[in-house]
Amino acid sequence: MKQQLKSLTQTQGFAVLTLVLGILVIWYIAALLMNGNQMINMLERTGQSWTYIQVLQGAYSIQRPPLPVPHQVAMELYQSVFNQAVTSRRSLVYHSMITLESTLLGFALGSLLGILIAVGIVHNRTLDASLMPWVIASQTVPILAIAPIVVVVLGSMNLTGVLPKAMISMYLSFFPVVIGMVKGLRSADKLHTELMITYNASAQQMFWKLRWFSAQPYLFASLKIAISAALVGAIVAELPTGAQGGLGARLLSGSYYGQTVQIWAALVISALLGWALITLVGMAERLVLNRRGLRG
Amino acid sequence: MHAVKLQPETSSPTKPHRLMIGIDDLSLVFETNDGPVHALSHINLDIHQGDFVSFIGPSGCGKTTLLRVIADLEQQTSGTIHVGGTSPQDARLNRLYGYVFQAPALFPWRTIASNCALPMEISAQPKSHRQAQIDKYLTMVGLQDFKHKFPWQLSGGMQQRASIARALCLEPELLLMDEPFGALDEITRDHLNMELLKIWKATGKTLVFVTHSIPEAVLLSTHIVVMSPRPGRIIKVIESPLPRDKTLALRDSEAFHALAAEIRQALASDHQID
Repeated sequence: MKQQLKSLTQTQGFAVLTLVLGILVIWYIAALLMNGNQMINMLERTGQSWTYIQVLQGAYSIQRPPLPVPHQVAMELYQSVFNQAVTSRRSLVYHSMITLESTLLGFALGSLLGILIAVGIVHNRTLDASLMPWVIASQTVPILAIAPIVVVVLGSMNLTGVLPKAMISMYLSFFPVVIGMVKGLRSADKLHTELMITYNASAQQMFWKLRWFSAQPYLFASLKIAISAALVGAIVAELPTGAQGGLGARLLSGSYYGQTVQIWAALVISALLGWALITLVGMAERLVLNRRGLRG
Repeated sequence: MHAVKLQPETSSPTKPHRLMIGIDDLSLVFETNDGPVHALSHINLDIHQGDFVSFIGPSGCGKTTLLRVIADLEQQTSGTIHVGGTSPQDARLNRLYGYVFQAPALFPWRTIASNCALPMEISAQPKSHRQAQIDKYLTMVGLQDFKHKFPWQLSGGMQQRASIARALCLEPELLLMDEPFGALDEITRDHLNMELLKIWKATGKTLVFVTHSIPEAVLLSTHIVVMSPRPGRIIKVIESPLPRDKTLALRDSEAFHALAAEIRQALASDHQID
């Protein structure tokens, strides 16, 4: 019996469960402290006598609490995911799909751009010296400053909708791909490279038969970062564009109206979306690398 | 002691003896931060078609560097070298030789068959021909049943055999091998040595083979080039009196031991001079 208990406590699930429980406990205590004060103020204003039981009940159920508790967020999630038509403005599925669209478009464009820049940098010494500083400088500019400029510029060219948002996703996601691919394309094994030289392989053959494959593990590591950056980009892009839909718009309207529960629900959905996207890239990675015999 | 000719042009009238590799007063100096390193100093060597030539010597004697100069992976500082009647660069561009490295250097994302196909893909040979070559040479090295496996699924010895098959698939006249069995255990090495001899006899290729094992050099070679470090140079070229048809049992013979002793003495004599 002791043995069984011991082996149970050493499982990964047990560790995760303990951690989650710990966080929940801390969350509820913090919510009580933060929301309790507001509750007491409300009760005082009524002029009637109040009890701590009322405070306790109210702290976990008021409409716009400073810190919503998990079960409130879960309820809101359930309501806005399952109890709304997916075409409704109140549906988180609706907003997620809008954000997902620009995330995926931006990710695809950004990855392509990143790969092309990396190929240029690796094959051309001038590009290496001239392009890399700009690539790095591009990431030191705060994205919140860039986003409205992109939207205005593209808007003046009559480009609206998903494209401006995708551009901002692209802007964030090309960078990790450049860095990873440059490293990856230069990572070809010395012996493999010399072998190709003994075969009198052309530069193109060297790329498509050796460097491209050597770079793949690096590429997938970069793509995982890029897709989460693309999601952040899409959400950030929805903030200043006055977008009516998208998780960013949902976050913004939540903060306008003090709908903290709505903000938290949108946050949870963003996190789930990010997790799902990274998992998808991870699955693609395993599929490709396993088939190529590259384990890990 | 520097200039050693392998043999006069007409040493063996019984077989045609086209000159495959001619090296004349070749030197190679690497410039390093600690000053120049004389990797190769005044090398003179002729290697004829059909010969099995071993370079032997302690590490740092330049045996691998010499092989890399033949393969055009390094360029000499002075002197001349001809490979198959042309410069090493032309020989490489014409894919005259196959090179087998110390490590198998198989592409991990390709199967064994696909690895063997690589040089033939690069030289744009038709697919049917590629397939026939792969079958022929994988059978020759005993890996026919493993053609669809990935490199990591094979042992080190099998991987090295696959890399030899890959080199053979292009049917090069000249096979350059840099300590190909150096990382393998002795039993596997014996086995692969005999297989290599079989392939050499079957194909009539010229083989240049780098090793630091005296028994291996004696067992395989028609000619043994003994080299010495600082500066890297040839101290003796020994023509093997052993028959070309060799067996493992030969290793217990008088002639085998005598030849091994001669190599050992050559290596030791140089040591005393240092």
